[in-house]
Amino acid sequence: MRRYFGRKLLIYGLTFFVAVTVNWMIPRFMPGDPVASMVARANITQPAAVEAMRRYYSGLFGFDQPLWQQYLNFWAALFRGDFGLSIWLFPHPVSTVIGGAVPYTLALIVPSVLLSWVVGNRLGAYAARRKLLDNTVLPVGYVLTAMPYMWLAVLLAWALGVLAGVFPVAGGYSFSMRPNWSWTFLLDLLHHWTLPFLSLFLVALGGWAIGMRNMIIYELESDYSNYLAALGAPARLIRKYAFRNAVLPQITGLALQLGVLVAGALVTEIVFAYPGLGSLILKAIQNKDFFLLQGAFLFIVIGVLIANFIIDIVYVVVDPRTRAGMAGARA
Amino acid sequence: MSLRVSELKVYYRTLKGEVRALDGLSFGLADGEILGLVGESGCGKSTLGKSLIRLDGRMRHAGGTVVLDGEELPIADDRRMNDYRFHQVSLIPQYAMSALNPTRKIRRMVTELLRSRGVTLDTAELESRMSQVGLPREVLDRYPIELSGGMKQRMVMVVSTLLDPSLLIADEVTSALDVSTQKAVARALLGFRDSGYVKSMIFVTHDLALTHHIADTIMVMYAGRLAEKAPADVIVKAPRHPYTRLLLDSLPEVGVRHTDRRLTGIAGSPPSLLDPPAGCRFRDRCPIAGEECAEDPPVAEVAAGHYVACWKA
Ligand SMILES: Nc1ncnc2c1ncn2[C@@H]1O[C@H](COP(=O)(O)OP(=O)(O)OP(=O)(O)O)[C@@H](O)[C@H]1O
Ligand code: SF4
Ligand SMILES: [Mg+2]
Repeated sequence: MRRYFGRKLLIYGLTFFVAVTVNWMIPRFMPGDPVASMVARANITQPAAVEAMRRYYSGLFGFDQPLWQQYLNFWAALFRGDFGLSIWLFPHPVSTVIGGAVPYTLALIVPSVLLSWVVGNRLGAYAARRKLLDNTVLPVGYVLTAMPYMWLAVLLAWALGVLAGVFPVAGGYSFSMRPNWSWTFLLDLLHHWTLPFLSLFLVALGGWAIGMRNMIIYELESDYSNYLAALGAPARLIRKYAFRNAVLPQITGLALQLGVLVAGALVTEIVFAYPGLGSLILKAIQNKDFFLLQGAFLFIVIGVLIANFIIDIVYVVVDPRTRAGMAGARA
Repeated sequence: MSLRVSELKVYYRTLKGEVRALDGLSFGLADGEILGLVGESGCGKSTLGKSLIRLDGRMRHAGGTVVLDGEELPIADDRRMNDYRFHQVSLIPQYAMSALNPTRKIRRMVTELLRSRGVTLDTAELESRMSQVGLPREVLDRYPIELSGGMKQRMVMVVSTLLDPSLLIADEVTSALDVSTQKAVARALLGFRDSGYVKSMIFVTHDLALTHHIADTIMVMYAGRLAEKAPADVIVKAPRHPYTRLLLDSLPEVGVRHTDRRLTGIAGSPPSLLDPPAGCRFRDRCPIAGEECAEDPPVAEVAAGHYVACWKA
């Protein structure tokens, strides 16, 4: 067990290391003088700000220092939680800007991923045993998964937002409001959250339902199911086993899909101008804000790695075979 | 008589038509008898086994009856047949290695299975039967993945016979095992019969030599039909059907174990069961086939308990 998690941690550590290194390299190996072009593009008129920025960036890039020194400095800053200052929202530190966006992204991703997974699995399991349901779940599921995130988002925004006017189509909360802890504001938040959540939820739902349906059918035809049926076990018991065993590959699937889901969430945020990391990344690109971009990417990488690690742990808890394998099979 | 199968016909529905895997099979099995069932791959051995306990979705009961202990088994009625499964008829499947749910500890699986059949687990009895086949009781607290192939096989044997069925079908239980394990499994099956855990047994195998050791009678099947059935010694020493003789000839010396010696030594292959030819189904490969063989040979009792389906037997 220790060795298993040790190995996993090592892999995650390596991934993180590579991600940070690539992140460090991007602005440095871009053609041209990044400092000059950044300051120029920042479109800042106050001379004091321009001077501060130039000094700040030169110091941070540290072009007078050897490369390895720059690299080490980058790591040191990272561990202090220092991602530099945003160019677009100068002089706010990148970490503050990201910190403001992360809650929105998490509030979208976590419920939509978990709920679509749970509901999709249930739906798929029912579909596997009811012909009528199967005939609807399967085609609807295929249409949903085949749909790009952006598409469904635009469709929903148009239908429920513009045509029906039930939900707002942009922003995290109404422009007329200031964030506070009142019920009206929370309701407003929820109102704005619904459409982006729904489009993420629906696209992912189809995939999980189809995957589960196929896995269950496969499990119901497996040898242990046949054996139980031959011994007259009721369908209830057989289906219980099948569901339990079919969920395992779905957990692995969740880990594999995580990157896609996050990417989908970022795109969806942009469609709905939802103030999360996705919109932030778009703004950072538009404003050539390297530091913000770096920070946002690092944050996403860390988030995905952590989520993967959690899934790993869950998998070990629910699949006895991995545990048995780790203990070394006793013959 | 414990089991009486009469004119049993079971077909597989396929896209190309019906595969007549069992095409009018009749035989009997006495209380306490172990019947060895041999024949080439595809002759319908597993189909017979499944027909006696559970038809799968593609199988169709096309005729004939099965009577066990004086009661006709409703083999075509999945729901009614359920009462007989496990209690009266049980099965050690050909796929015993993968028959146990991989994500349940064995004790829990057995408990849940028994409870679903309205029986409470008698742990002492289970453990005593396990020790009879050389399984330590710790096995109950392991996952199937933690057992060797032979252990899984024996575990399935114990589970399948836990309710003391009247008839046990053991389908190729020894095929995937090495020689010494095969012997142990065969001995364990004999022990189960002698302890009264099962009344009678159909022991399906490719391996004539091994069958000879454990079976009282041997039935040779060919292309969905009975070719010959007789006491084990008679089949081995004085076979009357040309197919049985060829089977025996393909073994260098009966009574000696031949690892993985499969019944492959006969030239030609059995006819397609999709649209089997009229007449004796062995005709194409039979060295002594004659005019009369264009017609179906009936099963005749040539001596007491010795049945042969051949015009020239
Ligand atoms: N699910 C199926 N669908 C169609 N045909 C089948 C199916 N299962 C078996 N058959 C056919 O039925 C015939 C008998 O098959 P069966 O499995 O009973 O053979 P067997 O004697 O047990 O062979 P083996 O020794 O290889 O296990 C074969 O011709 C086979 O092709
Ligand atoms: S009936 Fe004819 S063809 Fe068939 S086994 Fe006998 S001799 Fe051969
Ligand atoms: Mg078979």
